[in-house]
Amino acid sequence: MFLKSLCKSVLFGVPIGITFLDTVGYVARVEGISMQPVLNPGTKNTDYVFLSRWSVRDYQVKRGDVISLVSPKDPNQKIIKRVVALEGDVVNTLGYKNQYVKIPEGHCWVEGDHTGHTLDSNTFGPVSLGLINAKALCIVWPPSRWQNLEAKLPNNRSPISKSI
Amino acid sequence: MTFIKFIGKTIGVTGYVLQYACLTHCTFEYVGDFVMCSGPSMEPTLESNNILFTEHITPRLQRLKRGDIIIAKSPVNPKQNICKRIIGLPGDKVRGHFPKRSQIVPHGHVWLEGDNSSNSADSRGYGPVPQGLIRSRVVCRVWPLNKMCSLTEY
Repeated sequence: MFLKSLCKSVLFGVPIGITFLDTVGYVARVEGISMQPVLNPGTKNTDYVFLSRWSVRDYQVKRGDVISLVSPKDPNQKIIKRVVALEGDVVNTLGYKNQYVKIPEGHCWVEGDHTGHTLDSNTFGPVSLGLINAKALCIVWPPSRWQNLEAKLPNNRSPISKSI
Repeated sequence: MTFIKFIGKTIGVTGYVLQYACLTHCTFEYVGDFVMCSGPSMEPTLESNNILFTEHITPRLQRLKRGDIIIAKSPVNPKQNICKRIIGLPGDKVRGHFPKRSQIVPHGHVWLEGDNSSNSADSRGYGPVPQGLIRSRVVCRVWPLNKMCSLTEY
């Protein structure tokens, strides 16, 4: 009798949990140095960020947002980067095959804050908005680093021409 | 007294609805779902307004093969889904359309083409598509009933 009720709660509890993680958001660990100094400033401690799925439900992102997306090079890997330019913008690239790139329809340009130590759009070009997985809202762990992640662009990385 | 009973009953019903909504979400997101396709790009294999059963397990395990028909998010508009056939996997040599020369499909990408090659917006127009955009693999057609058939073989 006890076993039966336990099975029943698990059967219904697991889908509720998965649905919550899929639609609202979840907490994930940030690996790597590509977003220094905003995330993982020291080498010892890694940050945990809250990734909001709800914020990107209709693929609306702004310039400067920190987002997590599926890597275009490896579908098993998720990467965390900052949106630099949206569709229609012209961006001055850092080491991409063309110096100036106009972002095509339905795409955006993402870059890590740590220029030179990051694998981003300067390597693989504009990414499709459909690859966006979630938007990082705040750092939740360690407690000493509790803060919201603000949408701000590095001064020199603003697009040359903005479409909107 | 009856009011409290009413409240209790409402909470109970809401809970049930929530449970089944979550169960449905998980089934449709991780196991399989039904898709209605429209547009001429996959004729003669698929016609407009056919309803297809698709499964999400093979794309998640990355066991996709050449010749599979898949549903993916459109690279130019993430709110729209496209239904195409996989022509090339990473490392394959494929023939482009606009720059009419062969190119190699890069890592983590696939080359998609519609069966109706004269009337299809596909990889020949927008290039290789990242595998992360693939949502599901078409298994069979379920509607119209007299054209019910399996679609897994090339």
